[in-house]
Amino acid sequence: MRATLVNQLRVLVPVKRTIDYAVKIRVASDGKGVDQNVKFSMNPFDEIAVEEAVRLREKYKDDITKITVVSAGPAKTADVLRTALAMGADDAIHVEIPDKALAGPLEPLGVSKILKEVITKAGEEEEVGLVILGKQAIDDDASQTGQMLAGLLNWPQATYASKLEFPGGKVEKGAEAQVTREIDGGLGIVKTKLPFVMTTDLRLNEPRYASLPNIMKAKKKPFKKYTLKDLGLEDAVKPRHETIKVAEPPKREGGAKVESVDELISKLKEAGRI
Amino acid sequence: MACTRITPRMSALRTAGAPTLLVARRGFATSRVDLANTLVFLEHKKGTFNPAALSALTAAQKLGGDVDALVVGSESEASEVADKAAKLPGLKKVLFSKHADFANNLSEPLAPLIKKIVESNSYSHVCTGHTAVGRDIFPRAAALLDTSQVSDIIDLEGEDTFVRPIYAGNAIATIKATDKIKVFTVRGTAFDAAAQEGGSATTEEVSPDSVESLTTFVEEKVSESSRPDLATAPRVVSGGRALKSADNFVKYIEPLADSLNAAIGASRAAVDAGYADNALQVGQTGKIVAPELYMAIGISGAIQHLAGMKDSKTIVAINKDADAPIFQVADLGLVADLYEAVPEMLEKIKK
Repeated sequence: MRATLVNQLRVLVPVKRTIDYAVKIRVASDGKGVDQNVKFSMNPFDEIAVEEAVRLREKYKDDITKITVVSAGPAKTADVLRTALAMGADDAIHVEIPDKALAGPLEPLGVSKILKEVITKAGEEEEVGLVILGKQAIDDDASQTGQMLAGLLNWPQATYASKLEFPGGKVEKGAEAQVTREIDGGLGIVKTKLPFVMTTDLRLNEPRYASLPNIMKAKKKPFKKYTLKDLGLEDAVKPRHETIKVAEPPKREGGAKVESVDELISKLKEAGRI
Repeated sequence: MACTRITPRMSALRTAGAPTLLVARRGFATSRVDLANTLVFLEHKKGTFNPAALSALTAAQKLGGDVDALVVGSESEASEVADKAAKLPGLKKVLFSKHADFANNLSEPLAPLIKKIVESNSYSHVCTGHTAVGRDIFPRAAALLDTSQVSDIIDLEGEDTFVRPIYAGNAIATIKATDKIKVFTVRGTAFDAAAQEGGSATTEEVSPDSVESLTTFVEEKVSESSRPDLATAPRVVSGGRALKSADNFVKYIEPLADSLNAAIGASRAAVDAGYADNALQVGQTGKIVAPELYMAIGISGAIQHLAGMKDSKTIVAINKDADAPIFQVADLGLVADLYEAVPEMLEKIKK
């Protein structure tokens, strides 16, 4: 057992169950969403977030007590939490929201409110001092949750991170962190202090695969369940957006092939493109 | 009908002569008496407005109603940039705020400033470009305003109805935002950038309440390039994994781009393999581009890449694999080895 000191840090990693990135999605027949009878997996940016938390603990063994993964959604959401546990997280919190419990999908604002409450509840055991999220979910492509959570907590935020360093060599409350961020046109470097919220960019790391023994071990790790009622959020997370319709994007005509470079150039010239 | 009522604001605009605004407004004002009162956050870098912010201004004008702008910057630059913003057509008022911490667009001090301005001026809408800066600041501001943000809109169908791509652009959602204050970010390539001359707005300084420096800016490493900016260039030449090395990227993609006066892009595979800089990535998680001409060279065409370029006017694909998915979206496809086709093309363009 690791000793629990006041200064030690608990890392929270929110993960989302999304349609697998390789699935070619189809618009549902009711025109209100997309076909859900497909393969789901952990949002790729969240895998990077879990990986970063695990690597951080590998590097700062004595400073980080616990990596807690959390997800909100229907019963099947437990699958992605198990995956995160198999990657190296210590315990999981599932905020169970039955299908159709809300009048629409849970929005980033609702998720950030849930996370804030989860952080409060988790803090009753051990204070959460770092939250690492993916930069966006590949389903709604919103890119909001991390920033919203940081705003609600009034914590600093370091979004689109491609590198996280602790120049002081310690990861504890008040420790300074340096984060390299992917910005338009290049990189931006910022300094901030724990506690803060970070969102991961693609290039932060290469997530590991969960090994079979670790998948087996993950089944025995602590797994907590909360309902919205437990968190006092039944009304606060109601959707504010109403989906009027979801449609296929306009199809590109295309597919015409040319035989030679000459033909390509002459067609581009005809079209006035070169 | 409510829409025919002339409010003082409308008549003021009419005398100021803004016919396009009035047309747009009539289109949307059929169900509501009160009109949009919009704040646009105009992102700039050393006084040059971000093109996506100017597209957000165009989107804001489509809402009808008054449009004001907010610019922020360091003590020395903010009022100068505000004067520049005042010349943008269609703006009524330019609010500006200055602080040493505002120069680098840190979200921690700017989100509360936006909240304060939106609340004290009763703005119904607040928007900016869906850029790295807009994506960073706006959701934080939206949370402070307890509003569910609408990200990356490509169209608007009314004061509360927005169109946005989801699932990497494989579906297009039309959504109605029910919050009192609508916070949204705008995809730069979906709206024309507003003109930069012709307006004469008033300027007004807003002092921030207290600036919380939770984060400090250290430095920025922006790759300087004489080539056109990827996000707004009329032509883009992109290379993929088939380039095999950074040297080949330089040898094959750069001269072709230069001969066409095009920006350079890359697929995620090429960026991950280290052939090209991160900032050049085109796709769902990189830049979204919609140039006149997009040339995909040695790119297979994964959905995540298509999400970043399929709104281009003309797509050209050069790929050895005749079954590569890129050919399904390409207007002109050439099944050929890029190591032969690109030099040949370069030579023939020069002629």
